[in-house]
Amino acid sequence: MFVLVTYDVNTESPEGRRRLRTVARICMNYGTRVQNSVFECVVDSVQLMEMKTKIGEVIDPAIDSVRYYNLGKHGRDHVEHVGAKPGLNVEGVLIL
Amino acid sequence: MRKLLNVLYVTNPDSYLAKDGENIVVSVEHKEVGRIPIHNLEGVICFGFMGASPGVMELCASHHVGLAFVSPYGKFLGRVSGRVSGNVLLRKRQYLLSDDEEAAARIAMNCVLGKMLNCRSVLLRFGRDYPEKVSPEFSERLQWLTEGVRQLRESPSDTLNELRGREGILSKCYFDCFDDLILSQDPAFAFESRSRRPPLNRVNALLSFVYTLIAVDCASALESVGLDPQVGFLHRARPGRMSLALDLMEEFRPYLGDRFVLSLINNRVVAADDFLVKENGAVILTDTGRKAVLAAWQRRKTEEVMHGYLDERVPVGLLPYAQSMLLARHLRGDIDGYPPFVMR
Repeated sequence: MFVLVTYDVNTESPEGRRRLRTVARICMNYGTRVQNSVFECVVDSVQLMEMKTKIGEVIDPAIDSVRYYNLGKHGRDHVEHVGAKPGLNVEGVLIL
Repeated sequence: MRKLLNVLYVTNPDSYLAKDGENIVVSVEHKEVGRIPIHNLEGVICFGFMGASPGVMELCASHHVGLAFVSPYGKFLGRVSGRVSGNVLLRKRQYLLSDDEEAAARIAMNCVLGKMLNCRSVLLRFGRDYPEKVSPEFSERLQWLTEGVRQLRESPSDTLNELRGREGILSKCYFDCFDDLILSQDPAFAFESRSRRPPLNRVNALLSFVYTLIAVDCASALESVGLDPQVGFLHRARPGRMSLALDLMEEFRPYLGDRFVLSLINNRVVAADDFLVKENGAVILTDTGRKAVLAAWQRRKTEEVMHGYLDERVPVGLLPYAQSMLLARHLRGDIDGYPPFVMR
């Protein structure tokens, strides 16, 4: 399925900045970065669960937030991109 | 049924592959050009490039993603694969049957029968689609082929050598019709006869390239069900040769390979100047040509077909996997014979 993950991690303290980096790193392992704190992930339900657990262990629920938008199987059809850095479609043809 | 994942093709000769977390990062001159999470990939195929870090090899091996190296012209060079997976009893059974001439002939027989049935279907379909283009020679050869397939089915060969001989004759008969199937009037796309090592014209270059892609897929599929791709039945074991992958792909050659090549030519996906002719007469694909072929191939793999035996819709890219599974079932003794994939 196609899941959009966005997060807002409080970076006022050094720990906050560390959490931000860790969350970004976890998201990177599961999906493609499309904007600074927005990731598109093509994952199955197990992988999604893994990612949620890992992120859940890192963030501070009192001041950080993460949102998972489950766009389903045909999620990519509902996405329109304008401007720079269109991002890589991991389900399209990959010739690099 | 397993999900069909994507395949990453690295065609730029300046690309370097590195690992970053769970990602494969492709960079050109130290600049990142792509980053793909490993769990979205089924395989990575590299065409003559700068290199891959040991980290990438480890990542691919541990996630059971096939990492294959192919020369720029499409010749298979090697694969990095992880630990041998699957059941050791299944593999022992495979080795045993491979040494047993009669049992090997029975399995090989079905592979060849599948191939010839598919060859016949390719010709029949052409005859249906373009009845006005069918020449008397074409119909005559089609009749020979039909007769050959009937004989093959009614009096199967019990020795492998006899089977190889019959297969050779029928294949020649099929390839004699191949020129008729090419609708392009361009003399650049004349087939004449099958030539390989090296392919001597454009059609043969395309065929060889596409066959390599299929062979790589077949080898990965066999390994994923726990079979040894090097120990074959029709093709004898020879160091470095993926004999079982070659056995398995026989039935896919006409269905996946030849029809795909024909559609590339007939739909003008490739043009005459997508090829280079070298001094020794060898014809190879250029960079742009290869990209066009790979893009079309990847699209083709996501199309779905009805699998007659499994009675299920299967993406074309998973057919080698489905057939490997059926072969493993046959070796285990769960089904009586190996059912080849036969196109409708």
